[in-house]
Amino acid sequence: MNKTFTMFLSFLKIGAFTFGGGYAMIPIMQAEVVDKRKWINKDEFLDILVIAQSFPGAMAVNTSIFIGYKIAGKTGAVLALLGTILPSFLIILLVASCLMQFRDNHYVNLVFKGISAAVPVMVLAAVVSLSKSLKKNYINMLIVVLAVIAIVLLHVHPVIVIIISGLYGLIFLQRMVE
Amino acid sequence: MIILKLFLAFLKIGAFGFGGGYAMLPLIEREIVTNNHWLSYREFIDIIAISQMTPGPIAINSATFVGYKMGGFLGSAAATLGVVTFSFILVTIATHYVEKFKESKALKSVLLGMKPAMIGLIISAFISLGSKSYLDVKSVIIGGIIGALLFSKKVHPIMAIVLSGVLGLVFYSF
Repeated sequence: MNKTFTMFLSFLKIGAFTFGGGYAMIPIMQAEVVDKRKWINKDEFLDILVIAQSFPGAMAVNTSIFIGYKIAGKTGAVLALLGTILPSFLIILLVASCLMQFRDNHYVNLVFKGISAAVPVMVLAAVVSLSKSLKKNYINMLIVVLAVIAIVLLHVHPVIVIIISGLYGLIFLQRMVE
Repeated sequence: MIILKLFLAFLKIGAFGFGGGYAMLPLIEREIVTNNHWLSYREFIDIIAISQMTPGPIAINSATFVGYKMGGFLGSAAATLGVVTFSFILVTIATHYVEKFKESKALKSVLLGMKPAMIGLIISAFISLGSKSYLDVKSVIIGGIIGALLFSKKVHPIMAIVLSGVLGLVFYSF
């Protein structure tokens, strides 16, 4: 079996069995493409992660396109991308086309009422874990507060907040990075 | 027309969705719920929950879900393609300049500036979701129980969702 096809199957497997968002995929990807298949080495993988994380879009998607391209050029990039997203695509199609018919069933509705009480808490947990890596100073705190006020109270489009904060970093923080 | 609109909306989400995961929620909410009314708040919360229980990134899951609801199979394909297109272009270019990107002071400083804003974005998502979810005492109690379990790291997030479903069934039956 040729390498490109094997790679596609690897990403298909990764895409199908990692639950709980894209970040959960990263250690599985490393185990598969670095440790097991040895398609790229660990340093290359870490470089890819740094870049994939700094780009917009789903991190797992960025990472898989990057690895696919490294292994087999454009074809590799397309196949790695397809492998990663096809399982979730097909599962959500199934959920949207079949399972959602039962969404208004009395008992299903009660279950979802419970789940919708858990969802905000899960988002809050992400705030807590992400805050750990943020430098705690007044200006950072101020930016957090301003971003919340802009979006929640002033209904500013999130894209505007993202662009302004990026420009702020570009103009004022260049001397802070080495 | 709707197919093109779906593609463009998710192209935007993919192109500006820095920080990944939950940091993309305010962007998805604004485009999908507030501006285009493609999903109700209930459906928006549903898809976040479903994303936790199914494989794959939340951006892909919501694109497929919204796309299917608004434009069937073609719609889901267009939305999903839209959300990954910018990534694909950017990454295939970046592969040729790995060292440059890795060492780029400009990129690092942009990300440093964005970091606190990303946290602000996720807090906004929490406030928005919370204001729709916590409308009665029962939901606050369920949220409290799940929160205690999550923050003490006693349960896996998938288990937490299953448990919250069971609690919903029990609490709201009486």
